[in-house]
Amino acid sequence: MASPRNRRPGYSRRAQYSLFIGYVIAIAGVLVGAILLLISKLDPPAFSALRAGTAEVTAPVSWGVGSVVRGIGSIPGWIGSYFGVHGENARLKEQVQRQEQVLLKARAIAYENIRLKKLLNMREPAIEDIINARLVSSSASSTRRYALVYAGIAQGVHAGMPVRGPDGLVGRVIEAGPDTARVLMIIDPESVIPVRRLKDGAPGFAAGRGDGLLEVRPIAMTTGQFAPGDILVTSGTGGIFPPNVPVAKVTERGRDSALAMPLARPDALDFATVMKTYLPPPPPPAPDTRP
Amino acid sequence: MSRPPSAFAPQTSPTGQWLIPVGSVMAGSLVTVIPFIATFPVLPPFGLMILLGWRLMRPEALRVWAPIPFGLFDDLVSGQPLGSAVMLWSMAFLAIDMLDQRLVARDFWQDWVLATGAIAFALIGGRLIATGIEAHVDTLLLFQVIVAVLLYPFIARLIAWLDLKRSRA
Repeated sequence: MASPRNRRPGYSRRAQYSLFIGYVIAIAGVLVGAILLLISKLDPPAFSALRAGTAEVTAPVSWGVGSVVRGIGSIPGWIGSYFGVHGENARLKEQVQRQEQVLLKARAIAYENIRLKKLLNMREPAIEDIINARLVSSSASSTRRYALVYAGIAQGVHAGMPVRGPDGLVGRVIEAGPDTARVLMIIDPESVIPVRRLKDGAPGFAAGRGDGLLEVRPIAMTTGQFAPGDILVTSGTGGIFPPNVPVAKVTERGRDSALAMPLARPDALDFATVMKTYLPPPPPPAPDTRP
Repeated sequence: MSRPPSAFAPQTSPTGQWLIPVGSVMAGSLVTVIPFIATFPVLPPFGLMILLGWRLMRPEALRVWAPIPFGLFDDLVSGQPLGSAVMLWSMAFLAIDMLDQRLVARDFWQDWVLATGAIAFALIGGRLIATGIEAHVDTLLLFQVIVAVLLYPFIARLIAWLDLKRSRA
């Protein structure tokens, strides 16, 4: 087949100029793109208003589509659970009995903990939830890992706030719009979270790898490497994330770091809780009003 | 690119002429609004693929500078740093224009090869811009490129169908 030569303008001078100007604009576009890119690399929040504006429009659509998909997707679950319900009942009764002892012990420990903290006169910032909201969409075609949460400044969500799911930490808000906020997930390659091992409190850092796993490095080599099965929780260091939020479970030991699987599986997430920043940055100093 | 009107040209409305290509490319970029929280880059760049489809099959449907506004729109919904698609898509389309001048004959296989090059360039470039070199995304990115390239023929069929609609619009 002969090449479609529709861009050949023929002998019309006007058409030739118009095509030439088109190419000038196209080349200028490369430069404009490079400049925009430079700005967004040097100052990431520079275009957050534009993105938030777009998200205001797309989030309700995602939310609506999601409701329909969930409605249809839950039908096989209903049928399955109808038939499996007797066996499940027996199993759950047994489990409740087994866990009652553990629960009693945990309650006693929690009470003792409060009492000891009172004795020591310790002051702790309160861990407060701002709002529960739905995660509506994500950057599925990009190598970055962002999610869009359907709550924004109007609901009290601000940049920097930690976000957790029912199973564990999801990430933190990096840009907040009027009704939507963008969350940098813990599996993003640029996310680093201070964690500690639940068992003995050995501190470390959990960094996203970009492929859904986390890379965990201990801060001090003397505490030893993290081993498979270790549960990692946030340590509260740094002041953004409140302590004791579950983060990940170590799956594989590496040479100087370990691989961990996040406890909040992103593809199973629907709701997330936006929490207050654990230790908010100090307010800017009051302006000097004295003459 | 406006051609001189011919007496034999079908009677078409000018709105449908640009609305279908523009709408289809924007719809392709908006596939990222599907309610799904991805663990790794799973979604092919549909906006770019549809734009490539129009460029390779119906070059007169869109202007030479079309990648600029479409790239900007894609950046707003894709999560990439703003400006990356504007730059990469424009570069890919200028390269396609340059190759187009050299090619004498054209068939679908050549279109597919050009689309493969453009998709791979845009995705790999986007990865280098958005994510640090030490991130473990390269294997996944390779799969994303392969899936996108394998899906291109379907996109081409879609464009052909849309073009039929357009010619009747």
